[in-house]
Amino acid sequence: MRLAGRIDLLTRPWVWSYLGALLVWLAAIAFTHGYGAGGMLTAALALAVFCVITGVAQMFVITLGPGNVDLSLPANIGLASAVAMKVMHGSDSLIAAGLLAALGSGIGIGIGNYLLIRLLRIPPIIATLSASFIIQSTGISYGRGLQIKPPPGFAAFTTAQTAGIPLLAIGTAVFTVGAGILLHRTIFGRSVLAIGQNPRAAWLAGIAVERVRCATYVLSGALGGISGALLAGYFRGSSLEIGDEYLLASIACVVIGGTSVSGGKANVPGLWGAALFLVLLLTMLNTFGVSAGIRLLVTGFVIIAVIIAAGGQKPLR
Amino acid sequence: MSSVSASSAARVPLNRFRVPRRFLRAALPGLSLALVILGIGELNPRAVSYFGLNLMLNLGIPVALATIAQMFVITVNDLDLSIGTFVSFVGCVAATWLRDAPLLGVAVLLGGIGVYALLGAVIYLRNVPSIVVTLGMFFVWQGLAILILPKPGGKAPVWLHALMNFRTPYVPFPIVAALVIALVVHAGLMRSSYGAILRGSGGNPSAIGRAGWSLLKIKVTMFALAGVFGVLSGLALIGLTTSADANIGKGYTLLSIAGVILGGGEFVGGRTSPIGAVIGALTLTLAGSLLNFMRISPDWQVGAQGAILIIVLAARAVINQTGGRAS
Repeated sequence: MRLAGRIDLLTRPWVWSYLGALLVWLAAIAFTHGYGAGGMLTAALALAVFCVITGVAQMFVITLGPGNVDLSLPANIGLASAVAMKVMHGSDSLIAAGLLAALGSGIGIGIGNYLLIRLLRIPPIIATLSASFIIQSTGISYGRGLQIKPPPGFAAFTTAQTAGIPLLAIGTAVFTVGAGILLHRTIFGRSVLAIGQNPRAAWLAGIAVERVRCATYVLSGALGGISGALLAGYFRGSSLEIGDEYLLASIACVVIGGTSVSGGKANVPGLWGAALFLVLLLTMLNTFGVSAGIRLLVTGFVIIAVIIAAGGQKPLR
Repeated sequence: MSSVSASSAARVPLNRFRVPRRFLRAALPGLSLALVILGIGELNPRAVSYFGLNLMLNLGIPVALATIAQMFVITVNDLDLSIGTFVSFVGCVAATWLRDAPLLGVAVLLGGIGVYALLGAVIYLRNVPSIVVTLGMFFVWQGLAILILPKPGGKAPVWLHALMNFRTPYVPFPIVAALVIALVVHAGLMRSSYGAILRGSGGNPSAIGRAGWSLLKIKVTMFALAGVFGVLSGLALIGLTTSADANIGKGYTLLSIAGVILGGGEFVGGRTSPIGAVIGALTLTLAGSLLNFMRISPDWQVGAQGAILIIVLAARAVINQTGGRAS
């Protein structure tokens, strides 16, 4: 009985992520003798939000099948953060305009990515890689030397909390429920899963493969744009490197959260668990007072351990 | 998967058209490098001289070595996201232990290659995606690099510095080095019989497996080779810069992938070209110099690399398409 239960857990790595998150939180609290337990969770929730949003973007893309990764996310986030702050111009009345501009920049990048994939017939990984080079340069020349502060209202919104729960986390929780419905209950989401399992079969079944692929990359771009604006608000200013960590973080969240890297199988609740686990892991290591080197080392080993434990993925075909 | 059968069916009648198309594809990387050099020569004739080329191409050697490392991994349908931080790690070891305690330094570097071989084994045996495993290794190498060298510093071993600043007669050293790297790897991977098996395992692993070759051994060999060239890349980089920094090779991951693809490699199917990869790496390195001479702000340096990538891939798409239309 116990063994069966354990095997069940092994096959569902995303359950681990919640357990892992709980464990590292407890370890951190034990170290501080309970001091700052709630504050730790609040901070972790706030930071996990960005991992989750970029994770959802990456999850839809990765689910499309092998070779599908959006490498342009960090550059997209960096550019969108600059665009949003520039349009908002520090004024509360322009918040909506700034958010729309960031969204537009993200959608534009998504369309650009898809056009490269379609017109050049190159693997998405290369298309988004070359796009990211160009976006990076655009960001550098557009946001040159600019450190525009976000409007006070927007900054307050991104850091507001009720009863220790950041507003942004509540909003993102609602958003992830929507993403779950989009993935499992709509034609679009099911098409993404079907294409990930077997693109040819999906095409033969009458799914508009190209349209779905296009929509997926646009979705990923749009989410990147939004998270760029939110990050700029949260960290009190835009910067081009603001999104750098979210390429690897988003992939790590997707994988630890139980989404299959070979596509066709996605898991939304796992994203939250994975994001909280990774953020709390860093929090724990910080409270232990270890150096940056050890922190990176542990993060790397955890990612490898999780994927090896979850491993043995048999291709669906 | 469907296109494989389609193209093999079309191969017989298309034979007449395939030769120039293949030739064009193979010539494309060289052509783009020649165009970049011509552009530089046009803007500043003095740059295309012994010293100018030496200066501009110097940093191309470590990039080319890292690109070759990435190429080995891509040949067996995997991807190495950690090569950049591995180069940083090697650099930090080279600038500290390799100088102060050579035996320890050599042992650590050999250990790094061993870890690469182990990664190949794990990826094969546990059937886990290489992207995720090397993503984890990205953090591991970076962490180790920071632990070894918390602050930028260290010093390159004297012999390494001397080697990388060696002045060959007539032809600049980077060009000689690039030629040697390209030809050695070409001979090993493209011209030897085991090289064909190695590439074949990227094209059709089950066929190679059924023919009696150990897929585990192939995977381990290719990852170990990637480790070897990663070490060489880090050493070359430190020989040039003389001191190290825990983030020194970070950009190499994306650059090496771009170099492989620019050189005509493909993500799946074991289709690679070592000569193309080296040329691709040099082209990406020179893109920055070209921009300098065009007086375009350095802001656009990365963008130019992206643009070159897109232009070459577009040209390749056109070549492929015109070939398809001929049928």
